[in-house]
Amino acid sequence: MNYRWDWSILFKDTYMGWLWSGLLWTVIISLASWAVALTVGLLAGTARSAPSRSARLLAGIYIDVFRNVPPLVQLFLWYFVLPEVVPDSFGLWLKRDLPYPEIVTAVVAIGLFAGSRVAEQVRAGIEAVGAPLMPAALATGLRPAQAFRLIVLPLGLRAIVGPLTSEFLITVKLSSLSLTIGVLELTAQSRHVENYTFQGFEAFTFATIGYLVIGLCVTGLMRFIDIRIGGAALRKTPA
Amino acid sequence: MSDFDWGIIARSSAFLAEGMALSALLVLVATVGGLILGFGLALMRLSSHWLLSVPASTYVTVMRTLPLVLVLFWFYFLVPLVIGRPVGSLASALLAFVLFEAAFYCEIVRAGISNVRNGQSDAGLATGLRRAQVLRLIILPQALRAMMPLILNQIVIVFQDTSLVYVVSLHDFLTAASVVASRDGRATEMYALVALVYLAICLGTTKAAEFYRKGLPT
Repeated sequence: MNYRWDWSILFKDTYMGWLWSGLLWTVIISLASWAVALTVGLLAGTARSAPSRSARLLAGIYIDVFRNVPPLVQLFLWYFVLPEVVPDSFGLWLKRDLPYPEIVTAVVAIGLFAGSRVAEQVRAGIEAVGAPLMPAALATGLRPAQAFRLIVLPLGLRAIVGPLTSEFLITVKLSSLSLTIGVLELTAQSRHVENYTFQGFEAFTFATIGYLVIGLCVTGLMRFIDIRIGGAALRKTPA
Repeated sequence: MSDFDWGIIARSSAFLAEGMALSALLVLVATVGGLILGFGLALMRLSSHWLLSVPASTYVTVMRTLPLVLVLFWFYFLVPLVIGRPVGSLASALLAFVLFEAAFYCEIVRAGISNVRNGQSDAGLATGLRRAQVLRLIILPQALRAMMPLILNQIVIVFQDTSLVYVVSLHDFLTAASVVASRDGRATEMYALVALVYLAICLGTTKAAEFYRKGLPT
């Protein structure tokens, strides 16, 4: 192997600037997409176990469709196809006036894909842990909506912090897809540095460590939440 | 809205079929290679010796934290460097897929093996079977049955993942469609078709996995 190492490029002004701005965009897109995914996932996961048949059906269609089309295809649909099929005035607005169009599109696309996966976890949590408590909650005199909001949902969610951690990590990784529509996030910037300097080793190592650190932060944060809401303690007690 | 040209699909069908063949090749190689390597990694992770278990679990953790796009770029850059001459992007993409998906298959195999109750392997050893025989004759048949739905789900994910070779300009199904879309200015028709085809294949496989799981004894 014939390679000239030069780790100093990582500290050269221009390249360091690119890589750090890439890292920042990756964090921003990941957090924003995760916020969308959690909101939509909670709504759809709840609707999936709602008494109304049409709500269940609608949420089921959303989950099946968004989980089974590759996220990259969904991103292209939002970015290239949506402005063409909506009424002209809205299409023009999407193309010309939407602020940060690539980033907003990436957040919506990644958020809705991840949301369909979160919805499945929420539904599973409600079904396995929350729903069996429903009769007891009703027996205490709570109305169905109260029982759901105060007992079934919180206890169901507490049981799925583990799977949600994986979904959060998946969302971070999905943020790299946004490079295909021109967002200069971490992976794109490391490729960019490689193209300019031919120091691929150094650039990709920076990106790799960046993702590992973000991953550790996510895992740490979710574990903290798990301990605070008592989910971890719950799982330690023998069944 | 009236100026859609759905005929574009028929006219480009041969090109799209070639793309689908490449996607299928990637799924096949990633799944077969990933399962073999993942099986080895799972045995290493379950080993009681830290020299085997620590490297395997580090590998799995790192691979699972990295986006596939970055892994593809890594191998696109590394493989020619290690071999010392340029190779096509297909070779590096295939290698990247096998090594990346192995980490995910490892976790499926590991969960499958460790979910078989301990008593099973104790009983096997007590009848005089050797460790390798216990694994092959008693643990694996039970583990495999429980793993099947998860493996099917992973194949769906691998199939979705193959669309990412777009970033190293390999003509898989999605990339072939995007080439036609930008050449003829027919993004709507092409991407609608791509989404429907992926949806039909992935949803079908997902439902089959669910059906299989429901039939399993609990």
